[in-house]
Amino acid sequence: MRHIISVLMENEPGALSRVVGLFSQRGFNIESLTVAPTEDATLSRLTVTTIGEDGVIEQITKQLNKLIDVVKLVDLTEGDHIERELMLIKIKATGAQRAEVKRTCDIFRGQVVDVAPAMYTVQLTGASEKLDAFIESIGTSAILEVVRSGVSGIARGERVLSV
Amino acid sequence: MELLSGGEMIMRALKEEGVKMIFGYPGGAVLHIYDALYQQDSVEHILVRHEQAAVHAADGFSRSTGEVGVALVTSGPGATNAITGIATAYMDSIPLVVISGNVPSHLIGSDAFQETDMIGCSRPIVKHSFLVRSIEEIPGVMKKAFHIAKSGRPGPVVVDVPKDMTAPQEKRPFQYPETIKLRSYTPALKGHTGQIRKALDLLLEAKRPVIYAGGGVVLGDAAEELTILSRRFGYPVTNTLMGLGAFPGSDDQFIGMLGMHGFYEANQAMHQADVIFAVGARFDDRVTNNPKKFCPNARIIHIDIDPASIQKTVRHIEVPLVGPVKPVLADMIEMLNQMDIEPDQEALKAWWETINGWREKHGLWTGDRYTRRDQIMPQDVIRVLYEVTNGEAFICSDVGQHQMFAAQYYKYDKPRQWINSGGLGTMGFGLPAAMGVQLAHPERAVAVVTGEGSIQMCIEELSTCTQYNMPVKIINLNNAALGMVKQWQDMQYGGRYAGSTYSDSLPDFVKLAEAYGHIGMKVTDPTHLKTKMEECFSMKDRVVFMDIYVDPEEHVYPMHIPTGSMKDMVLSKTERTK
Repeated sequence: MRHIISVLMENEPGALSRVVGLFSQRGFNIESLTVAPTEDATLSRLTVTTIGEDGVIEQITKQLNKLIDVVKLVDLTEGDHIERELMLIKIKATGAQRAEVKRTCDIFRGQVVDVAPAMYTVQLTGASEKLDAFIESIGTSAILEVVRSGVSGIARGERVLSV
Repeated sequence: MELLSGGEMIMRALKEEGVKMIFGYPGGAVLHIYDALYQQDSVEHILVRHEQAAVHAADGFSRSTGEVGVALVTSGPGATNAITGIATAYMDSIPLVVISGNVPSHLIGSDAFQETDMIGCSRPIVKHSFLVRSIEEIPGVMKKAFHIAKSGRPGPVVVDVPKDMTAPQEKRPFQYPETIKLRSYTPALKGHTGQIRKALDLLLEAKRPVIYAGGGVVLGDAAEELTILSRRFGYPVTNTLMGLGAFPGSDDQFIGMLGMHGFYEANQAMHQADVIFAVGARFDDRVTNNPKKFCPNARIIHIDIDPASIQKTVRHIEVPLVGPVKPVLADMIEMLNQMDIEPDQEALKAWWETINGWREKHGLWTGDRYTRRDQIMPQDVIRVLYEVTNGEAFICSDVGQHQMFAAQYYKYDKPRQWINSGGLGTMGFGLPAAMGVQLAHPERAVAVVTGEGSIQMCIEELSTCTQYNMPVKIINLNNAALGMVKQWQDMQYGGRYAGSTYSDSLPDFVKLAEAYGHIGMKVTDPTHLKTKMEECFSMKDRVVFMDIYVDPEEHVYPMHIPTGSMKDMVLSKTERTK
């Protein structure tokens, strides 16, 4: 099953390599990874999506917790949560296709952020599934380039991951 | 405030941490530190002959004393040579601080002479590591390094120090922190009372219990508590390879080591058990055999300081209990004292009868389980070693058949008496580890049980033994081949000895020992074994290298049948369990 694990860790050089190293060292899978500092400059927030059976996910969270640089973590998929990913995508758009791409973009609530004579650059946010669906609707033959940020997530309601 | 250079700060930090002895090898990147070392007298430096040995020696020092071992190596090859030692300590959870030099900060990343990314190289095999980025942070980094190494589940910590951080002219204020708090690291100090209660309830319900104790009991200094609790219950106790000595080996309640080369009665008891009390043991693959077939009827209690060890391989843990074994066991004893309930004596009696039946039939200590041929049998060497040393020596083992014989046939009554590389299985560990043990215990007998394969992996340390007068006794079980490899090739590869023999090119170990200024003895006659062994240990102030020619055909038994359960074992060249 797919899990989104959100990690608060010390904003130290080398901390990220310890997390990434842990995944490769123990054969855990990384679907996506995002990391950036938080409002507290000493802390980074890292979100990793991974797929694994319960035993594997249990080991991932336990092994992450063992890292000295990891302050706290939560498996967001254990409760209600909001998941977002940002995608920038360059799409071939000429002739009749131009209107079609724009229409698809509107349906998905994407924004055209850059325009060139033969293409659009579209920005789209949402859950990863939505981005997947958009890519599928456009069709790979029209896609020139895709950049995805990886998943960010936060718990719904009053649950907060903080020190 | 006092002004010190980075090199001086490191030495002062070691002093503050109570370090008396460090093991190292100098080189360009650590020369400032060595100069600071030279100008102080609270920390003694032992110059090894290879950095791997520096880490093993610090490791042996730590295993035998419980203190943090310290090694000091230079950048580049010094650092990479230390890697095997660090990995060895990591796998067995040994607290070490390894200080490595690095090239000056401005050269990092430029492929400078003797540069290596030590933080990167060591990352998967350290508990934590630090790259020193300013002179001011050295006291805090050293304090954290020692704290992390020895607390929680112990392990090695690397402190990588670029050369400019230790320059003698760069003095900074020095104050060593008294305490340190890390918001991201708070290991458990006690066990959960509710879980302790559950563990006791389950233990008291047991009809066929086994206490399965591992290295955590030794490292957590909980052998006394384990022994008290085990005797209160009267349950059979088995120790893992790392746990030998956690419960007295010569006690009747001890049913031997378990696992791949464990005792028949221990493996059978585990498989048939209805309750298993795992204490500071991690269900290693060398213990469980196939985890899917592991002890199918057992309800399991597992105490471990490391939550990640719980349910890692064996998933059906009924009572997980996270905490340091010593206070957890102490709490259990106290709670038990207040309870008005005793184990089921009748069931226990029947269980012991069954176990004693297994013991009678197959126990390694209840009869001769191997055929004596007209050569020295390796098992007999260990038995004689046990007799001659009154069971009181430190036994430092290398890795291979001799290691298993030493684990099976020497009865360890005390924790920390048995020193071996269990997790990583590092050949070459024995001799340097024994140096650390001997330096920590100058008055005690320290034996290296090794083979002609392992000993050649760190044999250069015979020179270090000369320099610092470390009179270790080397018991070399010479079968003129890589015995354990050969055993597997006999059992699984039709006797095709690929890369496991070298009998024509072995050195004359007697002359070799003499070349280093030691005493060499060659023993080939079984009737001379005991007198020679006595002679060896009577030379208290000399290194003696006993080159003992043993039966080259002998195998280690019992041995787990691969992919089977705990109870599936090969018992000899002709017998196996059904």
